[in-house]
Amino acid sequence: MKSENPRAWLFVLPVLVLVAFNALVPLMTVVNYSVQETFGNNQFFWAGLRWFEEILRSERFHAALGRQLLFTFTILIIEVPLGIAIALAMPRKGPWVPVCLVLMALPLLIPWNVVGAMWNIFTLPDIGLLGWVLNNGLGIEYNMTTSPVAAWVTIIVMDVWHWTSLVVLLCYAGLVAIPDAYYQAAKIDGASNWAVFRYIQLPKMKTVLTIAVLLRFMDSFNIYTEPFTLTGGGPGNSTTLLSIDLVKIALGQFDLGPAAAMSLIYFAITLAVSWLFYTLMTKDDP
Amino acid sequence: MRPRSLVPLVYILFLMLPIYWLLAMSFKTTNEILGGFSFFPQVFTLENYIAIFTDPTWYWGYINSIIYVSLNTVISLCAALPAAYAFSRYRFMGDKHLFFWLLTNRMAPAAVFALPFFQLYSAVGLFDTHLAVALAHCLFNIPLAVWILEGFMSGVPKELDETAYVDGYSFPKFFVSIFLPTIKAGVGVAAFFCFMFSWVELLLAKTLTAVEAKPIAATMTRTASSAGYELGLLAAAGVLTIIPGAIVIYFVRNYIAKGFALGRV
Repeated sequence: MKSENPRAWLFVLPVLVLVAFNALVPLMTVVNYSVQETFGNNQFFWAGLRWFEEILRSERFHAALGRQLLFTFTILIIEVPLGIAIALAMPRKGPWVPVCLVLMALPLLIPWNVVGAMWNIFTLPDIGLLGWVLNNGLGIEYNMTTSPVAAWVTIIVMDVWHWTSLVVLLCYAGLVAIPDAYYQAAKIDGASNWAVFRYIQLPKMKTVLTIAVLLRFMDSFNIYTEPFTLTGGGPGNSTTLLSIDLVKIALGQFDLGPAAAMSLIYFAITLAVSWLFYTLMTKDDP
Repeated sequence: MRPRSLVPLVYILFLMLPIYWLLAMSFKTTNEILGGFSFFPQVFTLENYIAIFTDPTWYWGYINSIIYVSLNTVISLCAALPAAYAFSRYRFMGDKHLFFWLLTNRMAPAAVFALPFFQLYSAVGLFDTHLAVALAHCLFNIPLAVWILEGFMSGVPKELDETAYVDGYSFPKFFVSIFLPTIKAGVGVAAFFCFMFSWVELLLAKTLTAVEAKPIAATMTRTASSAGYELGLLAAAGVLTIIPGAIVIYFVRNYIAKGFALGRV
């Protein structure tokens, strides 16, 4: 049982100061911009909630949000079941386990723009391995810079390549923590593979799966560097996800007010979905 | 071999393909790359690597990255250790809210914060220093480190603390000489995660630096856009960014499984 100790605040203080410095000051700056209008020269005028209304009504925002939701939904649908399947198929012990784990974790440690650059090199139609094999070997016309479908497939495959390992490693950690006695009991009861999965493995993976889905949701919803390096949001606007569009507005057009309002709406959506999911998944916990 | 064990094998093969291609490209000459498609480098060359190791703007990129990543790991761990202890051992006013608030900082899109971060760090005179990037990365690394360490610490029975006090240990002495060695796996895993997320992040690192502390990944962006099609050089630089991560992961390989569950299985 934890004991009541008001002095615990002292322990938390360094974290509080560091995170608050990095989180609150920039957040306040964004809030400040979001209610003002500027014409440059550091002159600002009160704009009230105009930017929020404008963004919420803007078709451009709806389109970017739609693409973002499609992207996040697609990668979750692919990565979570695939991650579970691979984790289930992994050997539980033996000399190959650390080798597998290290190789699988490798994509997670590559800087995000290198991931984008790597996939760019990999998919170039004439000299990339994948691009060449698809175009010349299999006769499928594939060019990311001209076909929106190809661009979409590529950013999704890239994300699956980049992040499925996170789900695998989390699920694997959940699986190895199950005592052998559980499986023996299941065997005595004559339980099918499906029953073992449904009533032993899945419940034991619940905590780690919650973490996996939360992290994948948050990170994919905020994704910027990889698709930007790979497609630059194109062809046209077809792969302009929310944060790519945001950076275009903020740093490309320097429309600070609308960009700030958009950031806050964006942040609120992420927060709301994460909170909802977190509450739903942990409501049965003691 | 059972067919089931083919699944991880095929998956690993899929993971290795783009990495292989990057590696192959890095050993090719520019002429060969532009000349057409080849599975293996026809003329094996180290030219691209030599170019990187002899050009200070390139190799300083690596040194800069390693400096701020290490700095960030140290700061994050030092701040997170006592906080994680407090969360795992005590109840105090607002503890649950504080914990969730810390986690929300992972949700803010970095793209949103780029401009305010630039203004903030310029205002306090830290722009273009390693410390600026190290501090900025605390935003997402400290919450993560607290989360991981809290998980590991909660697995240590409270009796350990009480026995130590009965034996006459003071709190700092207990924490350093008994508690830390007990959770050293957790500290290793937390350090690994801080290293990893600081190493792969580019947007903030790029925004907060210009010349002095410019990260390697940003040097690559510049090359990719300005120097035209130096794919071989770009590939070699990419390969070199994978190495530090691979080294770090090798050290924690036995803790990876538990580590990725952030201590709470």
